[in-house]
Amino acid sequence: MSSEKVDASSTMNSKNVSLPMSRVKLIMKSSPDVSSINQEALFLTTKATELFVQYLAQCSFKRGSGREKKTLAYCDLANAAEETDTFQFLIDILPKKILARDYLRSLEEMGEVEDD
Amino acid sequence: MAERPEDLNLPNAVITRIIKEALPDGVNVSKEARRAISQAASVFVLYATSCANNFAMKSKRKTLNAADVMAAMEEMEFERFLQPLRESLEAYKKGQKGKKEASEQKRKDKEKKTDVEENEKSREEENEEEEDEHMEEEQEGENGGEEEVEN
Repeated sequence: MSSEKVDASSTMNSKNVSLPMSRVKLIMKSSPDVSSINQEALFLTTKATELFVQYLAQCSFKRGSGREKKTLAYCDLANAAEETDTFQFLIDILPKKILARDYLRSLEEMGEVEDD
Repeated sequence: MAERPEDLNLPNAVITRIIKEALPDGVNVSKEARRAISQAASVFVLYATSCANNFAMKSKRKTLNAADVMAAMEEMEFERFLQPLRESLEAYKKGQKGKKEASEQKRKDKEKKTDVEENEKSREEENEEEEDEHMEEEQEGENGGEEEVEN
């Protein structure tokens, strides 16, 4: 039990990272033109990613209408991506969901405009 | 579970833990939201890497360093991360230095031990008779216990 407590605090512990640096390195290396990454850069990127996850989760959660929210849902994230400047780069991967029938309707409308 | 080399996702369990610790107690996170955050994190890594790499290339370097990553964070408008990142980096560097010193110390100790052993060996040869007596006494004590079992 006590070892679990230590793990929980280590996420917040600035000395450690929870995300595996090896996996982060894999992702970084998949980027074109990247030759090598020094150890400190790898550590910083990993740590920054953790901070990002926290920030994204908190921002998306707070956006709620002010009433007591009990669940963080996908739409909260999509809304945050659209409405927050720093999350603009996520807009393509966090698209808002629409009903199929609304999509089809909008396609029809586009078709009508083109015909004119 | 076989991991494909092209698996550029971050481990779900860790992502989930980070999310839970960032939110108030008792808040649930839908599976879809978790997956989306995980994907967003991967995209974040790519975006940060690409940005940092631009800074490295500007300085005609092929290796990404800490300054490149910090510059990337600023470029991406995540200035809020800069201070915590600086602090983490200091702690990390201290930890790494400690580890290095510890392993060097271990190596030094090992070398010392080998020297001591060599000295002891030559001393042992001189004191052989005395030690044999001691050893016999010990063995008798042990055998005393064992004899019962053999019977």
